[in-house]
Amino acid sequence: MELLRFATAGSVDDGKSTLIGRLLYDSKAIFEDQLESVERTSAERGDVHTNLALLTDGLRAEREQGITIDVAYRYFATPRRKFIIADTPGHIQYTRNMVTGASTADLALVLIDARKGVIEQSRRHAFLASLLGIPHLVVCINKMDLVDWSQERFDEIKAEFRSFAMKLDVHDLTFVPVSALLGDNVVDRSVNMPWYDGSSLLHLLEETHIASDRNLIDARFPVQYVIRPQDQTSELHDYRGYAGTMAGGVLKPGDRVVVLPSGFASTIAAIDTADGPVEEAFAPMAVTMRLTDDIDVSRGDMICRDRNRPHVGQDIEASVSWLTNDTQLRTGSKLAIKHTTRWGRALVKDLQYRLDINTLHRDESAAALGLNEIGRVRLRTTVPLFYDEYRRNRATGSFILVDESSNTTVGAGMILGPTDVS
Amino acid sequence: MSTTTYELTHLQTLEAEAIHIIREVAAEFERPVLLFSGGKDSAVMLHLAVKAFAPAKLPFPVMHVDTGHNFPEVLAYRDRRVAELGIRLVVASVQDAIDAGKVVEHTGVGASRNRLQTVSLLEAIEKHRFDAVFGGARRDEEKARAKERVFSFRDDFGQWDPKNQRPELWNLYNGRHKKGEHIRVFPLSNWTELDVWQYIAAEGVDLPSIYFAHRRRVFQRDGMWLAETPWTTTVDSEEIEERTVRFRTVGDATCTGAVESSAADLDAIVQETAVTRLTERGATRADDRISEAGMEDRKREGYF
Ligand SMILES: Nc1nc2c(ncn2[C@@H]2O[C@H](COP(=O)(O)OP(=O)(O)O)[C@@H](O)[C@H]2O)c(=O)[nH]1
Repeated sequence: MELLRFATAGSVDDGKSTLIGRLLYDSKAIFEDQLESVERTSAERGDVHTNLALLTDGLRAEREQGITIDVAYRYFATPRRKFIIADTPGHIQYTRNMVTGASTADLALVLIDARKGVIEQSRRHAFLASLLGIPHLVVCINKMDLVDWSQERFDEIKAEFRSFAMKLDVHDLTFVPVSALLGDNVVDRSVNMPWYDGSSLLHLLEETHIASDRNLIDARFPVQYVIRPQDQTSELHDYRGYAGTMAGGVLKPGDRVVVLPSGFASTIAAIDTADGPVEEAFAPMAVTMRLTDDIDVSRGDMICRDRNRPHVGQDIEASVSWLTNDTQLRTGSKLAIKHTTRWGRALVKDLQYRLDINTLHRDESAAALGLNEIGRVRLRTTVPLFYDEYRRNRATGSFILVDESSNTTVGAGMILGPTDVS
Repeated sequence: MSTTTYELTHLQTLEAEAIHIIREVAAEFERPVLLFSGGKDSAVMLHLAVKAFAPAKLPFPVMHVDTGHNFPEVLAYRDRRVAELGIRLVVASVQDAIDAGKVVEHTGVGASRNRLQTVSLLEAIEKHRFDAVFGGARRDEEKARAKERVFSFRDDFGQWDPKNQRPELWNLYNGRHKKGEHIRVFPLSNWTELDVWQYIAAEGVDLPSIYFAHRRRVFQRDGMWLAETPWTTTVDSEEIEERTVRFRTVGDATCTGAVESSAADLDAIVQETAVTRLTERGATRADDRISEAGMEDRKREGYF
């Protein structure tokens, strides 16, 4: 059984909580004691239907304010797949949360209220999904019961969304008309919308092909930890293994490789796991490599193929999403940076522009990036990074920026490439 | 695993993610420790940690926060695993904290020491200067946990601030902290109870015998079967009888409920878990049912 991670986005009251509650409920991921607690709360509040939205309500602050404030994770499974939902809140300050929740998603699910149609926030959600390189985008047009199950309305919204999405890097776009409240097209096909000949949402989630979304071409193995048993007496005396998580491509014993930054060449002697050696490794397997040569390799190094190396450099261009209210990103800012298994420091050489994520307009006069803002920057790092374009590989193309005094994560970066010096 | 399609099963993906997290901690922290209660989640976490560093030994110790109210089978299991793996065990004792007058024990019917564990846990973290503490909590267990990060920051007082969590992106974990602060790390965040049981069955993870159906003297309280222990006081209406039960979680013996079950092996337990209609905590943890916000409040104080 395969694992699919998806992120949900919608504006307040579009019905996101109801939809997730419905998916969990209909797939039997809701337990009786959870349901009882929701029924009790719902009755106390005087709701007419049991409010399935309460199922996905988390912290006390949210219960008090009646809104979701952060990313919450939910789990359910069908006989075909196991699902992890990153449920991101729908209020205005959500860019940070959506970026956080969607960074590892295979699929983004965007909700639109059929009565309201495509609004500013729907555009933002689509843009963020494309920025984060989420391979599949599913747009649920909800509350179809309130527009008389109208095909015309559905087609209208679909056309408008499509014309906007054309400007983005969205490869796989699907639309589903649903009623989260009544369950139409959520798990089973709706009888109220015979004109719709696509799949129900759950069916789509089960069938979307994700195995080929990974990069299986560019072999990348960032060394995470060096395993050297301390037991000097045993046969493990000379054991030296490089543990890590495959970040791209496929590696096999016998493959010729180079280690960056040293550039030393060697051959993979074996790929070990605790269950014994394996014949090949690919993302996201966690394995331990042994090399035929006794060369110096440590955490932060990268094992790859001689003829297919990542970029190596200290000057990069990237899109950065700013995640804090405490400080701003400006030209001249100095931050800690974590990329694969390397830490270094980064200097913002230039904030090239701030992007208006509603209009996609580039504001080149912007002097700073604040919370929930996204911009394009040039960075200079203290250590060379071994990276690929984010579009090509999310694992080797992403980094985080950390404030050196508070130690909190303040920025999320997606690498566009080396700085164009011309 | 299929070598033609390059697909991993959900258990392989979850295992790889957990091993990545555990190695990241070993690489970036000076003094990690793994909380090992003998419960199934901590047993799985220990199993994963051992796999992460094979063939080398586990590069950090394990710690048991001991309420003093243990099932003997669980203590025996704990000591056996520690001996087998040749690792160091740190015991943080709630009884010691009570004896030293650091905490006051509630007494009477239904009192438990669960909440007192926080004090002993935080004291041990401070004493041993642990900077990373692995916990076996899962996000599917409880609503407050559903929002917690994999690397969860704790301030000087061990407190969790749910509104001020660090954003966590890709698999780039940020464990930076100042002296006196620490990070709780949850490698099983994305596992469900069913995943845990499926993994235990697939890997043959050793567990304490009380997880399997057995005859036990129990009594009913608040709709749960509680075990008769040397520390339990029952009221008149509570009658002790012998039943065939098993445990779904293992905590303080006085407040961990058993479920009636004849599932005596892993296959039977996986079957039962797949169709169960009650959450693990709802069915078996008297302490968690106190209030809707019970867990959130305790977590803020520094609980697991
Ligand atoms: N008629 C109708 N109402 C819906 C539908 N989905 C959600 N709602 C209602 O819309 C309101 C907001 O839903 P909720 O799920 O809380 O929205 P969220 O803010 O996006 O999570 C609630 O009163 C729901 O009952 C739907 O498909 N049809």
